[in-house]
Amino acid sequence: MSATTLTISGELYETIRRHGERTYPHECCGVLLGRSDDQGNTVESAVEAGNTRTDSAHNRYNIAPQELIRIQRQGRERGLDIVGFYHSHPDHPAQWSKTDFEEAHWIGCSYVITSVEQGTAKVTNSFLLAGTTEEDKRFEDQRVVVGSGVPDAVRC
Amino acid sequence: MKIFIPTPLRAYTGKQDTVEVGGATIHEALGGLTSRYPDLRKHLFTDDGKLRSFVNVYLNDEDIRYLDAKEQTAVSEKDSLSIIPSIAGGC
Repeated sequence: MSATTLTISGELYETIRRHGERTYPHECCGVLLGRSDDQGNTVESAVEAGNTRTDSAHNRYNIAPQELIRIQRQGRERGLDIVGFYHSHPDHPAQWSKTDFEEAHWIGCSYVITSVEQGTAKVTNSFLLAGTTEEDKRFEDQRVVVGSGVPDAVRC
Repeated sequence: MKIFIPTPLRAYTGKQDTVEVGGATIHEALGGLTSRYPDLRKHLFTDDGKLRSFVNVYLNDEDIRYLDAKEQTAVSEKDSLSIIPSIAGGC
């Protein structure tokens, strides 16, 4: 059964939305650390990342592999895995784009997108990258459960 | 040496996040990994044996694509390899 729920504390949920407001009109991006099980992905830490796409930061993001490795290492030291990523869509709907899909390679992870309209965070959606390979991957809508008893942030 | 496996590929390594392999070069170490876990191969390499474009492999803190000897770079037991798919997108 596919993981169709993303569970995140209210504090972390607001943290990633505020990040998108701070970087507006540019896209923000970050990594979600936590745990995965048959029920879905549970976020226990949200780590801000730099957007290396300074050439087109209003509509593109990229996280440097070195930064991902560092965040993955931090997670491992705390018993947490990379379970997802987040980014913002400035003045654009909180729906995955063709670019988001083409550039998505972390099967089983959640891709969280927040629309930021005129500097204010609006809708936040999560999409699970389902499938088994590059050839059969697909995004599935994922239910976002906010503030359901997840321990508050242990921040990186 | 240790090879760190990213979350999506652990389905092919028996859920292991770290795999210990031998080998004198990066090429041999990756070969050891895919020999032990053959299902990994298609996720890392194209049909002609090249790393898939979105798969980054780092020797310690260096992207192996930018090493002089690339996959033929010598490694020691103290080194580690990190496999890290790219993350990007945008509206």
